[in-house]
Formats: sequence, structure tokens, C-alpha cells
Amino acid sequence: MTTPKTGVYVCHCGTNIAAVVDVEEVRDWAASELADKGVVVARDYPFMCSSLGQELIENDIKEYGLERVVVAACSPHMHEKTFREASSNAGLNPYLTELVSIREQVSWVHTDKAKATDKAKAVIAGGVYRVSEQEPLEPLIAPVNSATLIVGGGIAGITAALEIASAGYPVHIVEREPSIGGHMAQYDKTFPTLDCAACILTPKMVDAGAHPNITLHTWSEVVDVSGSVGDFKIKVKHKPRYVVEEDCTGCGICVDKCPVQVIDTGFESGIGYRKAIYTPFPQAVPKYPVLTPENCTYFAKGTCKACEKFCPVDCIDFTQTDEYVELNVGNILLATGFQPFDARRIEAYGYGRLPNVFTSMEFERMSNAAGPTGGKIVLRDGVTEPKSVVIVHCVGSRDKNTNEYCSAICCMQSLKFAHLVKEHTDADVYECYIDMRTPGKGYDEFYNRILDEGTQFIRGRVAEVTDSLRYPEEAGCEGRLMVQVEDTLAGVKRRVPADMVILSTGLEPQPDATEVARMFGVGCSSNGFIIERHAKLAPVATMTDGVFAAGATLGPRDIPTSVSNGAAAAATILSRIAQGEIAMEPYRATVDAERCSGCRICNDLCPFSAITFDEDAMVTEINPKLCQGCGVCVAACPANAISGSGFSHLQIMAQIDGLLSDTSGGAGRHAEEAVGATA
Amino acid sequence: MTAPVTTPAAAAPAAAGQPFEPLILGFTCNWCSYRAADLAGTARTKYPHNVRLIRLMCSGRMEPEFILEGFAKGADAVIMTGCWPEDCHYRIQSVKALRRFIFLRRTLADLGIEPARLQRFYASAAEGQRFADEMARIVAEVKALGPIPPETRVALAAHPDVVASASQPQEVEV
Repeated sequence: MTTPKTGVYVCHCGTNIAAVVDVEEVRDWAASELADKGVVVARDYPFMCSSLGQELIENDIKEYGLERVVVAACSPHMHEKTFREASSNAGLNPYLTELVSIREQVSWVHTDKAKATDKAKAVIAGGVYRVSEQEPLEPLIAPVNSATLIVGGGIAGITAALEIASAGYPVHIVEREPSIGGHMAQYDKTFPTLDCAACILTPKMVDAGAHPNITLHTWSEVVDVSGSVGDFKIKVKHKPRYVVEEDCTGCGICVDKCPVQVIDTGFESGIGYRKAIYTPFPQAVPKYPVLTPENCTYFAKGTCKACEKFCPVDCIDFTQTDEYVELNVGNILLATGFQPFDARRIEAYGYGRLPNVFTSMEFERMSNAAGPTGGKIVLRDGVTEPKSVVIVHCVGSRDKNTNEYCSAICCMQSLKFAHLVKEHTDADVYECYIDMRTPGKGYDEFYNRILDEGTQFIRGRVAEVTDSLRYPEEAGCEGRLMVQVEDTLAGVKRRVPADMVILSTGLEPQPDATEVARMFGVGCSSNGFIIERHAKLAPVATMTDGVFAAGATLGPRDIPTSVSNGAAAAATILSRIAQGEIAMEPYRATVDAERCSGCRICNDLCPFSAITFDEDAMVTEINPKLCQGCGVCVAACPANAISGSGFSHLQIMAQIDGLLSDTSGGAGRHAEEAVGATA
Repeated sequence: MTAPVTTPAAAAPAAAGQPFEPLILGFTCNWCSYRAADLAGTARTKYPHNVRLIRLMCSGRMEPEFILEGFAKGADAVIMTGCWPEDCHYRIQSVKALRRFIFLRRTLADLGIEPARLQRFYASAAEGQRFADEMARIVAEVKALGPIPPETRVALAAHPDVVASASQPQEVEV
């Protein structure tokens, strides 16, 4: 085989590379030392990714008749596409262009210039050797199913669903609670406008429930995902409601007649009650109630059936079991949201032990006119109005003992709480904060408004909330709470007497976030939030093609950001649907039937069921539609009958030789060391 | 974190007086560990220059031959990195690299190469710091082992049949 004509392009990346790697030396070295490997031209340029840099490559391809291009610059995850397109523009098959990283892997992680320059040379040699073994490839084209799965029916999911459905494409929303709406449905007011959350949310819920293109799967969970971008197969479990949805009118008589009342730890955050058969809140969508057998007298004792007796349309069915439905979708949006931080984890704040310490979700429900107290702000006894309220910021946020990150919404929710307490009671309100973070539109103005309303602000992290009095001047505070905090602006320790303490709890991933991420094949950071494809430029895409994420499943965020995320994801998904097909990297395994001995070693290795065995021909076959290109079967084949395009045996062996070419099989480097020792 | 600069006495190479700088081949998968390396770079986390990386799509793509070729051509150690098994982009394929790793360490011992010269670790796309820390740890360990004797390398390179037979992990009774 003749050595293909190769061009090498070394990027300065401004000074990102050039400050550590001697790019001119690397360029000259590549031109001379790699000439026998086909390098006919080597250039450097300040920004290879610029249009002028790309033109440089395109002109050389035409002028020198380059058959291979190696660009030494940033990570292929950054600009591989850019340079492949440049090559393609000049008529070179895009896959004959290799981007090797001398920024992320060399200049940004090493400081010794000589060593970094040597490593850059080796990395380029690896690329030149490897690309010489590359064959031209064409991207695989796959059709995109126009249906979309949205997991999670909170505001992010609902927004995306309405956008996609309104464009005319089918959407399936899978929600594990009885109703869509998510956390937003639980809130009373929304900052900074003080819009009533239900007033702005429920019309959207109704739209989603009534939209002909949206199918709601509430009280349901995704249990299995297979396939890949454009063609996912989803298995959804419908948990039994014990209510026949087709017949139910949502009249609510069954709920009224149910004799069992249990604490509602779900929608009412543990401060209200629900029945054993219930709809979580009056505006729930869909309207059908849900019966929980663990609370139901009939399931425990075999008698009662009050709901069944009184149901005017006979739609109670105690025999229902799990039902499974299969969906085919082209794209998936994960909008699974968050769970509030469990305040019990910070014992010093006394939540769960001191009755009048509340969490933010409890306060949301309490201040909601439709909530358990009818909007009255009262202590745990249900009647006493507080005279003094302390709001504690950063509970479960900005704390290395719990979560290091800022939960983004707590400052604003705390300011909102201060306003609501002032509005509903005559209480003095204190906010204990570390830093006041109000970067959104109208947020700082809201902060000023709360300052003007007379709320006291104490800058300091609360050390303890206690009901034990410690100093003589605290006489008279028996039965109240004392909040100990260092006022870092005044430089004094304070003990603030309070009747009610509200812990502004942070946002955490859902408890099963990692399992969900695993099922959909997307990455999670160590704290459990889904990782974006790119934090800035692809904030709602994930590493897995065709799977997107929006809202608090990506990290703590407020309603406006969640809505923007949902809309952004919808736009991205719609663009893919509109294109009708998607180009995929042609990295696939193929079997050379001539060489296959039919040993079947590879047959059990594929988790995507892409490998089948042809019993007649006694050879293995690989379905390119199912193959994901991992290459495990390629590595396992004892007859070298399976090859993997893009990552072939020859390419990788060549890259190994290239990366180690400065060692001459070990001897050269040791000789060099010996020279160094004598110098 | 910077490279450990300690040079244990045992690491004194043939060329006396010159600290032994090992050359290490690192294999990454496309989805997790390569991105961890990218993140280490983006965050400007420093690690020793001794490691040179090769990107595979999956750590399960690792052929035993790649490792033996690496040793034959001058690598002082080889690192296999990939996704945490539960996070594998290809579901469970990173686990399949483990079988080969166990087998290969045994084969290397038979060839006179210390098993510790074949290393492996997992790193998620978010674990740039871990990637750098592991690289520093492994470079320090390999420095302590010292260079591979040239005759071992020559023997390895001269016996392609050893390389070929070792690329058939199915023959191993684990």
C-alpha cells in the first residue's frame, strides 16, 4: 500500500496551546520526521478552527492532493465536526481527517514545555499513523420517529409537550404521580411577580390533558428503554388506579365516602390529609382518582368497598393489576425534576424534633389558600399565629456536609416567604442568609421590596435552632425557639427568639435519579444531576443522541429557567423531527463471512442484540441498525472476522506505534536517556 | 495536582543519575474516561506528562494485542480506563474489559512483565480530578518499578505468536 499524502495542522489556540507547546518546532518536526509516513505539508496557525484556518486546510487538500488530514488542536469532542466538514468541503471524505488533542491532553495539563512539546509530537505521530489506516466512510442515515417521550409532567415537561404537540407531532408524557403539574402545582405564589402558581400552571395542565397529540401516562413509570436515536422502544408500566378511567367522571363521590384518612406526605408535604382513594388536588389532570391499596380497608380486611358502593358509574375495580404498554418514539426528554432536601439530615436545625420548625415545602402548602390550613400561617398546633418568624437560608446547599452547590432558588423563595408571612400575620420576620443571590429578572427589585417591608436580614449561617434557653435574659422565652446565628456584619453572636422557623431547603436530584439516568443511558455527575452534552452550548442535550433533559433534573433551577429548558428541548427535538432522518457516526462492526468460523464466541457479547447467527450458513451476522459500535465483538473474534469501522485493529495498532515512535521499540529512548546522563 | 517528584531508590534506571521517566499508554473509552481527560484539561488540572492516550469507543474494545504491542514497542505500562460499569454507555460492555484485564495480567506475568504494569480504573465524564489523580498515582507506581529490561521487550516483540494467541481470551478458563 502506498503511503497516503497527509497534511498536518498545528493549532496555537491563541496561547492556549502555544504557551506550553512549541508549535513551530512541532510543525517542523512533523514536516521532516513524518515525511516517510506521508506528511507532505505541515503548518501552524493561531486559530485552526477559524474560517481562515479551515481555508488553509481546504486549499492544501486541493493543491497537494491530500488524502489524509491530521489537525492537532483541541479535543475531538470540541471540533472534530468542524474539521471534517472543512475536509468534506474540499472533496476529501470527512472520516479521513483526524483531530488529535494537544490542548486538553497536553498544554492544559502539563507545565514542562520541553516534555509537553515532545508529547505533542508523539500525539501527532499517533494521529498520522492512525489516519493512514482509516478508510473512507459514509454517515449512516436513520429515519426519525416523529413521536416523543417526555418523562416527568412538571412545568418543564408540560412546556415541551405543548410545543411539540402544537407543531403536530405525537407526545407521550409519563408521570409517576397521579397528576401532572409537578412541584409547581404545590406552590402558593411564584417569585418575583407573586403570580399564583396554580393560576398560571393549571391552564397549561388542562391544555396538555386535552391536546389531541398528547397522551398522558400518569401513575406510570418507564421500566425499559431499548433502541437508539430516531427509534427508541419504551416500555411503560401503568400502576393500577383501581378506577376504570374510561368510565370515571371525576365526580369525587368515592373520595368523600372513603372512611380512611391518612397523612398526605406527597402533595401536602405531610401537613395535610388525604383519603385512601384521592385526587392529589382539585385541579389535577387527569381528574381520575387513585386508590392506594396500602391504605385501603378493603385490601387490609376484605370489607368496606364504600367507594364501590357509592360510585354512580360503577368504575371502581379492585382487580386491576399493573399494565404495560409499549411505545415507539424517536426522541426522549427527561424532565424528572428534583426532590427537596430532607431537612432531618441537619440535626442542629431540629426539623422533625422541634414541632415549629418547618420546611419550605410545608410552608408553601400552609400559605396556599387551597392548602390544609386554608392559607393561614399557624404553628404546628394549627391555631396559633407566630409573632416572630426566622427563615434559614442554604439548608442543604453551599455546605460541604450536605451539598456543595448553590440551590439557586432558595434566596428568592425565602424572600417570598418573608413577604407572605408579613402579608398574613403581624409577625416580625428575620432572614438569616450567607449571601443574597438575586440574579434573575426583577429579582433584586423584589429583594429591595422585602427590605422596605421591614424584614430583618442577618448575614450569617445559622448554627443551631433549639428550644432550650441558655442565658438569663432569655427568661420569658419559654416554649419558644432560639435561633443561634453569628451576625457577620455586626460581628456579634445573636440568639433570635422565634415562634416559627422556616428552613429554606435546597434542591436535590430525585432519589432514583441515577437509576433513571442509567436506564436512558445518560451520564450523571456525582451529585446525581444529569450531565449536559455541553454546559454552555448544548445545555439541554445529553451525551446520548436523541435523549434530552430539561428543568431541575439538570440541576437546581427556577421556573423561568425550567420553562426555557423545556422550550429549548422542544425546539431541538422538532428540528430533528422536521429533518425526518438523522446522520449517525458510521462506527459499526461488520462480519466478514468468509473468515467467520461460526464459533459463536461473539454471540453472547452484544447487549443490544445486534448479533445473530445464521444457522444455514453457519456464520454470525451483525444488524447495523442495532449495532452501537462499541467494538467488544471485534476484540473478541479469534478469527479477526469482525472489523470495526473507524476504530479498526489496524488503526489502533498504528496509533500505538505512532505514539511510541520516539522510543524505537524502547531502545531509542533508553539510548537518549543514556546520552542525557552523560551530558 | 502536580506529579509526585519522589524517586524511590528502587527506581534507579540503567542510566544512573537520570530519573526514570516511564512512557505509559492510556486507553480511554469515548464516553466517560476520555471526557474525564477532557475535563481535567478544561479545569487545568495538572498530571504527569508520561501518559499518552488512545481513544476507543468502549473500553470493551480493548484487544489484548494492543497491550502486548504497547509493551513490545516501548511502553513501560498500559492503563485501561472506561466508564463505571453501571454508567457504561454500552450498558455492560466496560465489564467485559475486566475479564481481559484479569487474563492479561496473568499472561504478562508469564512473559516476565510485572502485572502492576497493566493498570485500570474507571472515571466518569465528571471525574476530571480523579482521572488526574489516578494518572499521578500510576506514574509514581511505574517509576518505582523501573524500566522493563530490553531483553524482555525484545523477546515479546520477537514472538508474534505469543501476541496472536493472547488475543484469544476465550481460551482462558477463568
